[in-house]
Amino acid sequence: MTDTFPRLLIDHAAKQPLAPAVREKDLGIWQTWNWQAVAQEVREIACGLASLGFKPFDNLAIVGANRPHLYMAVVAAQSLRGVPVPLYQDAVAAEMVFMLDDAGIEFVIVEDQEQVDKLLECREQRPALRHIIYDDPRGLRHYAQEGLLSFEALRERGRQFMAAQPDFYAQAVASGQTDDVSVILYTSGTTGRPKGVCQTHASFIAAGRGGVQTDRLGPGDNIMSYLPMAWVGDHLFSVAQWLVGGFTLNCPESAETVMNDMREIGPSYYFGPPRTFEGLLTAVSIRMEDAAAPKRWLYAKFMALAQRVGADILNGAPVGAGDRALYALGNLMVYGPLRNVLGMSRIRVAYTAGAAIGPDLFRFYRSIGVNLKQFYGQTETCAYVCLQRDREVTLTSVGAAAPGMELRIADNGEVLVRGVSVLKEYYKRPDATAEVLDAEGFFHTGDAGVLDAQGHLRIIDRAKDVGRMGGGAMFAPNYIENKLKFFPQIKEAVCFGDGRNEVCAFINIDFEAVGNWAERRGLPYGGYVDLAGKPEVLALVAECIAKVNADLATEPGMADTQIARFLVLHKELDPDDDELTRTRKVRRGFVAQKYAVLVDALFGGKAAQFIETQVKFEDGRSGSVSATLAIIDAQRYPAIKAAA
Amino acid sequence: MSGRKVGDVILDVQNITLSFGGVKALTDISFNVREHEVRAIIGPNGAGKSSMLNCINGVYWPQQGSITFRGQTFKHMNSRQVAEMGVARTFQNLALFKGMSVLDNIMSGRNLKMKSGILAQALRWGPAEREELAHREFVEQIIDFLEIQAYRKTPVGRLPYGLQKRVDLGRALAMEPQVLLLDEPMAGMNVEEKQDMSRFVLDVNDEFGTTIVLIEHDMGVVMDISDRVVVLDYGKKIGDGTPDEVRNNDDVIAAYLGVEH
Repeated sequence: MTDTFPRLLIDHAAKQPLAPAVREKDLGIWQTWNWQAVAQEVREIACGLASLGFKPFDNLAIVGANRPHLYMAVVAAQSLRGVPVPLYQDAVAAEMVFMLDDAGIEFVIVEDQEQVDKLLECREQRPALRHIIYDDPRGLRHYAQEGLLSFEALRERGRQFMAAQPDFYAQAVASGQTDDVSVILYTSGTTGRPKGVCQTHASFIAAGRGGVQTDRLGPGDNIMSYLPMAWVGDHLFSVAQWLVGGFTLNCPESAETVMNDMREIGPSYYFGPPRTFEGLLTAVSIRMEDAAAPKRWLYAKFMALAQRVGADILNGAPVGAGDRALYALGNLMVYGPLRNVLGMSRIRVAYTAGAAIGPDLFRFYRSIGVNLKQFYGQTETCAYVCLQRDREVTLTSVGAAAPGMELRIADNGEVLVRGVSVLKEYYKRPDATAEVLDAEGFFHTGDAGVLDAQGHLRIIDRAKDVGRMGGGAMFAPNYIENKLKFFPQIKEAVCFGDGRNEVCAFINIDFEAVGNWAERRGLPYGGYVDLAGKPEVLALVAECIAKVNADLATEPGMADTQIARFLVLHKELDPDDDELTRTRKVRRGFVAQKYAVLVDALFGGKAAQFIETQVKFEDGRSGSVSATLAIIDAQRYPAIKAAA
Repeated sequence: MSGRKVGDVILDVQNITLSFGGVKALTDISFNVREHEVRAIIGPNGAGKSSMLNCINGVYWPQQGSITFRGQTFKHMNSRQVAEMGVARTFQNLALFKGMSVLDNIMSGRNLKMKSGILAQALRWGPAEREELAHREFVEQIIDFLEIQAYRKTPVGRLPYGLQKRVDLGRALAMEPQVLLLDEPMAGMNVEEKQDMSRFVLDVNDEFGTTIVLIEHDMGVVMDISDRVVVLDYGKKIGDGTPDEVRNNDDVIAAYLGVEH
């Protein structure tokens, strides 16, 4: 039976023992583990944990970047009927203590010294944290704290344990039930305290299988594992689909090298939140702007063609022979090399999710021949609710219900889902579980959406974010913000308008893109604050906003939500300052409260406003930045009725 | 802090006097460095700190005094000989090959260790290729150690200053030095870069047991990471001891803060 993850692993080790299971770039060279080797190491890790007293139903925290050993630790914990709890590695000690406490953690496996230091700090507040096991021994040789163990030492213990009890591992794996909790993933906490979402083997395997079958993934496919392990998306793709499909995981050398590593591996399957795709496009745009004039001309010509016919060609829609021939030429000269630079030459399937993607951004990738599709889901549904099938890809919807899932739209517009991937419960929080799971077993997603005629779901916004303007028009802030963020110059935007007569916005410039733009114009600047306040930069942002307004004016019901006034913030919104979640979603309420004086100035129609803000540096110290921000009126357009 | 043991005196500088024409850069300086320790040289601008390092690694030849390294006493040092004895250094004003990649810059630090001739190296012929592979592996460990994997193939001139400093350190490390001379490794860096660099310096000292002699202006950094500190002012030694001793030394306070005459 292959109804738990450890059994799936053993199955692959038997059926394709020598096929590559995991790769990692180490000292500049890609190292490969085959399935047999992975199964063997998982067995050693599991037995090592057992020798330290890790019992069934114990929770194992896992903290670090995407390292093969950490993925193996996930399956090792599951092998013992325990539960892996991946945590965000950039969480500060105080945040981490909450989750360690909540999940009753006694065992933790971490990546390196940085995490060991943090967990030792956590242990002062939570002495129950008995065992800290680390993968990378660098800098840790002289640490003598109790309970600290290297990965190698753990595996050695495991080997001794196996020698003494040869049948232990097989029996442990056999005792696992498909309805056991297979992982606890903490929600990012856009609102309130993080909650631990308990998912079973059955749920995640069903979610993994649905995706693998829809896109025909299997041995021979390669995926890059570079997103936080604590994120449900990574768990679905790099654990569930990996073990169901039996393809190869590739762990980058470091977070900064992902783009290079992508080019070397040439993954066939790729997954990223819109932010990653945006970042890649920004990098390309910057390089194109620096290119020589003939190249820029060629790029502009062929990108215009791609915009016109590229997506249709990918969708298999009819396209004239002339355009087809031109597109083929463009593929040779522009799209192919571009895909190569992006590391997407071999991409067969790419997905995005986690936030709504800007239509223009989405169209860009599809037009150059990257089969980028959308799916929809959240931590509570194994990130598996809707997914787009090939040739059914549209810009505005997230696709039809995935196999095994059922959709319903509540009267208030909230999306409700039921099916294989819905959570078992929030860990130790029956009250919170009852809030989101109704009597019929539907999970309340908190997203507002509509179903179109084909049964495809279109997400508009977070249900609680959707508001009404004073004039009664619907106000969907994320919708407008996403349009703004498509401009490479704009990194983040926050719109306000609920209960007001106008919409106003905060803008964060993209330091890299705007800095480059300024350099090319010979515009000197002293740093982020200075650059963000330059009149030239404000004018640049005003242009972007005017374009968004022109766009909104053409959309039914959106014309009233054009941006009236904006300001450019003097600092980047940052998760360390609690302005963004760890998955980099804006915490709208918090931002509105923190910068209340700016919001008032925007709606009060002031010309400028002084602000001083506390900031936390990465090392935990804090300082403050201050600036006088100009408030700018944006160009607005009369509503244009769509032609009937 | 760590398990490393500070050992016996490895480098002993005795009565060094260096002058350029009529200008006395160093006057009768004596101090020693023990094995595995982090030894700082501090002092105001023009105090003679860099001159001191230059005497140790043979760029300048002092008129008087002697330098004893591992029991051998020299009137003055010779650059190549110093390098062969296991002393490496970084420079205050980076002296990297700007047009070459990070990898090649660090590889150049292995040059002394390469046995095959220039022709064999150029042709990557037989043993030369094997040798290069072995050296490359060592260099990769340094790249990993300094966390500069993302810039392996980037020309050094295109890197920000803080990273160039790191590459400079990498090239010095490629020599597998027993003693590392660092000339203002944190100059011109922001707080975060300074922290990173301090961590690397301590890690080098800790992991490889490398003895470190560093010049630094940032008092916070010096006091944090050094075992002992020498203070120079106008070419004279005015203080020597642990950070605490130096901090409370009246002459040092006067040199740094000024004193009424």
